[in-house]
Amino acid sequence: MKNSLLVTDARTKKRNAKEARFKAYGLSAIIVAMLALAVLLTSVVNNGMSAFQQTFITLQVPLPADKLDKVGNRDPADMAKVTTIGYNPILRDALVAEVERQGLTTELSAKDIGEMISKEASATVRDRVLANPDLVGQTVTFDILASGRIDGVFKGRVTMESAALDGNTSPEALILAQQLAEAGVIETKFNWNFFTAPDASDQRPEAAGLGVAILGSLYMMLVVLFLALPIGVASSIYLEEFAPKNRWTDLIEVNISNLAAVPSIVYGILGLAIFINFMEFNQSSPLVGGLVLTLMTLPTIIISTRAALKSVPPSIRDAALGVGASKMQSVFHHVLPLAAPGILTGTIIGLAQALGETAPLLLIGMVAFVREYPAAFSPESGLFGEASTALPVQVYNWTQRSDPAFVERASGAIITLLVFLLIMNAVAIYLRRRFERRW
Amino acid sequence: MEDMIHMDRAMSTQQDIKISARNVQVYYGDTHAIKDVSVEIDDKTVTAFIGPSGCGKSTFLRCINRMNDTIDIARVTGDIRIDNEDIYDPKVDPVQLRAKVGMVFQKPNPFPKSIYDNVAYGPKIHGLARNKADLDEIVEKSLRKAALWNEAKDRLDAPGTGLSGGQQQRLCIARAIATAPEVLLMDEPCSALDPIATAQVEELIDELRQSFSVVIVTHSMQQAARVSQKTAFFHLGNLVEYDDTDKIFTNPQDPRTESYISGRIG
Amino acid sequence: MQSLTTPLFLIFALAVIGYYLAKSRAMQVAGGDIRGLVSLPHQHALNTALATVVPPTAAVLLFALYGRFADTGPSWLFTLVIMGLGVTGFALSLIGIKTNSRARIFAERWILGLLIFASSIAVMTTIGIVFSMLFETFNFFGQYDWRDFFFSLTWSPNFRGNSDLGIIPLLWGTLYVSFIALVFAVPVGLFAAIYLSEYASPRMRSIAKPAIEVLAGIPTIVYGLFALITVGPLLRDYFAEPMGLGQSASSVMTAGLVMGIMLIPFVSSLSDDIINAVPQAMRDGSLGLGATPSETIRQVVIPAALPGIVGAILLAASRAIGETMIVVLGAGAAARLSLNPFEAMTTVTVKIVSQLTGDTDFASPETLVAFALGLTLFVITLGLNVFALYIVRKYREQYE
Repeated sequence: MKNSLLVTDARTKKRNAKEARFKAYGLSAIIVAMLALAVLLTSVVNNGMSAFQQTFITLQVPLPADKLDKVGNRDPADMAKVTTIGYNPILRDALVAEVERQGLTTELSAKDIGEMISKEASATVRDRVLANPDLVGQTVTFDILASGRIDGVFKGRVTMESAALDGNTSPEALILAQQLAEAGVIETKFNWNFFTAPDASDQRPEAAGLGVAILGSLYMMLVVLFLALPIGVASSIYLEEFAPKNRWTDLIEVNISNLAAVPSIVYGILGLAIFINFMEFNQSSPLVGGLVLTLMTLPTIIISTRAALKSVPPSIRDAALGVGASKMQSVFHHVLPLAAPGILTGTIIGLAQALGETAPLLLIGMVAFVREYPAAFSPESGLFGEASTALPVQVYNWTQRSDPAFVERASGAIITLLVFLLIMNAVAIYLRRRFERRW
Repeated sequence: MEDMIHMDRAMSTQQDIKISARNVQVYYGDTHAIKDVSVEIDDKTVTAFIGPSGCGKSTFLRCINRMNDTIDIARVTGDIRIDNEDIYDPKVDPVQLRAKVGMVFQKPNPFPKSIYDNVAYGPKIHGLARNKADLDEIVEKSLRKAALWNEAKDRLDAPGTGLSGGQQQRLCIARAIATAPEVLLMDEPCSALDPIATAQVEELIDELRQSFSVVIVTHSMQQAARVSQKTAFFHLGNLVEYDDTDKIFTNPQDPRTESYISGRIG
Repeated sequence: MQSLTTPLFLIFALAVIGYYLAKSRAMQVAGGDIRGLVSLPHQHALNTALATVVPPTAAVLLFALYGRFADTGPSWLFTLVIMGLGVTGFALSLIGIKTNSRARIFAERWILGLLIFASSIAVMTTIGIVFSMLFETFNFFGQYDWRDFFFSLTWSPNFRGNSDLGIIPLLWGTLYVSFIALVFAVPVGLFAAIYLSEYASPRMRSIAKPAIEVLAGIPTIVYGLFALITVGPLLRDYFAEPMGLGQSASSVMTAGLVMGIMLIPFVSSLSDDIINAVPQAMRDGSLGLGATPSETIRQVVIPAALPGIVGAILLAASRAIGETMIVVLGAGAAARLSLNPFEAMTTVTVKIVSQLTGDTDFASPETLVAFALGLTLFVITLGLNVFALYIVRKYREQYE
């Protein structure tokens, strides 16, 4: 009688231990991957959520006519001669007055108190006044931005220790800010400006927003959608339905699968050399960005469109041809509509990929500092020709700034970008589920 | 010739019972694939399972070395004993069981390795050879038993996938017997082979009976009649009839068996 | 270009007019009964519209290209030519409308032409990539010795001239970062793929697989930021400084590790496909002999899938070499030939970005070198891709 099956022999025990170890490796690989994802997302969210909050100072600002409208005719053209520098002392004095009114005492000089206000605030007030000259002479309540350092106090970025070493603020200012917050003068609230305001300079991270970047990304997505979708679908139809099998179409096939794997930065070099240096399109324009992203997205769209066309069974084509439709009619009347959900899903995924792409856009100048909202069309620059920036490039841009407040902005921009991507992918998944067809 | 067969029969009836199944049920999800099958399979005998496709004969075969464990939705109840040990006992390691109960599949499935490595694979994982010489000997013996030695001895390093269909299947048989099993399960081993290769494999099966208890699933009644001593007829998941092969083919008890062997169902 | 907008606009208007004109003319020819027509009215209409638009547009595109080379604007003569083309197409197609004319065939020919044009854009892109870089690379080698570029061990561009522009330190950084990324991503990705395809329950698979693929959908700038603000400082504070290996947050290790995370889904989903393509019969054969699942995987499945897995790893390597944002934000900017993974080093892609952003002068070798770097990068990744795709395709054919 051989060994009983009911007794596990030593060798099998050893082999089973090995099996368990192997399985554990596999499981830990998955855990590592999931953990990496979790850490990545938490890190970004932790750093970035505060970008959606901003600290404001509610101030009653007297707008003296003798300083802001020296001519006295309330004509915006004349009043524009007073620059933001003229507004600075007004705001400073208003804050000093507010501190006194609250009965707070501080060792800070009036200048130091003035530094608690964002440098952007005077421009905001000036714009309001120029838009509505009748405000001059009145005392108006403004919600003005606190400086980046004061903002940092309420977000835990600036501490007493860091303030003591910081030339731009001091522990006294922090204490005063806390007291003002208790008095309800300083308040941290949701920051719509983050989505609408343009970028701001190095000195004023508190004012920087994503307005231009979102607009630029939107323009580029429009260009990509209107070029890549028709071109991608047309070339897929040709390759899948009409192309003869020969060397030329083989070449196109190999070429497309290789283009899908070309590093994105190479497309940037292409854009720089062809669209900017050779065709002389405007640098930094969404048009060039869109063209570069179109070329980059094209292989993705072609590959998914061809898969969608391939999944339509030949019997559909035969049925159409059988009732006397031409090949072209069978494709456009029957195959294409059936493949449409798959094509759409592929297109959205391609667009999402294009939306997050950064490297090629750096090379075509979209990293420039742009404060003007680009117009979709202008007579001088043509369609989508005005300088702009884009969401992911704005992130890169902010990472290059020295003020740590920009880290929060960059992370906030990333969250915004990820939310857009999440929405696009959710739509793609929904479409796939909704229209999925089993033949 | 006639006498020899009778002698064999006489011997086989004296054999011990190798496998005994009692009230076996198999479910694939909601499908009841095997319904209350009980059967006793003799040692050193070729037992054939026949029946129309989808009747459960392969499913039942896969229960005997617990290959159904690899299918997530399969559930087996009842009692299968080999040498009077319950193979579904939680203490039984399927790995050890499968070393004892080898299996040959419908389509020849040599590994993408050399002929030698294909045959040596089982002995290596089960640690049956103490050294290289031992292993060489096992490989040669197995290939000889599988009647492949003469064709393969000069190209043991060639890939197993380069052999012809019949040779591949004999390689798979050699691979299975290299682990020194006591039972050999064959799931339609000739269905992918041409008639000449089939004849070779059938001849081989008859020889294997000397050392193993062989269970073969086949869709060909002629094959069952040619190679087996006992035959079980399955129909719609039921074991309809189980008896000596010549009895099944000459004097079936059940009308369903009769319909099948006379070609009216299946 | 600008002055061609008006004629093009006119031609589009003409096409729209032609569409309706052709439709009504076809009806008229048929005497109000479309059964008398060989081709339907809307097919005539389509033919007229396309005949009006396609030739002038093609002419404009060709001219735009030519105009760039010759550096001339469009003359009034050219405007006349394209208007003429449009009107000719318009008129000929309208005159051609008869009961027995086969407008459908003509219209379909126009469409087929457009389809072929669309599919040639992919080829033109490749040609554009190669030529745009080749041209400037020749310019570069006209000013800078190619031997110094390929063999010099120093990279120190100097905008006053006399730069050392050796690619070797950059290639070293690129390969070092990619190597670390692969050392991390290949085992994790491969084991994840194995677990998902061979062990995981359908439930776990349905959760873990999409979760890992989310990593693939995250833009590289996000990984770059992650490297910059989280991984870099972490590695510096807990590994590099205590071990005395450096004080830099951006390092080969930072970039490599983060890039490794990015590559996990890439390796795992490709390997998953490839492992699933190994026929079940192979696994059954091995399990039937009493092999454990892990023995089956290591000794049968993986060897069978090896060519495909190698292809997947090569594709991942090509990805790593061409990756830009992670190294821009994570690896540093100093060109250095060093073995210490906690030191900042730089890569080919980082230098392409730094030489081509900001103030650029397309006559100086310091700017032009970026094109030579780009071409080198393109050639390396193209080689890897072609080879990898060839292996993968060969592998797929084996099991089809």
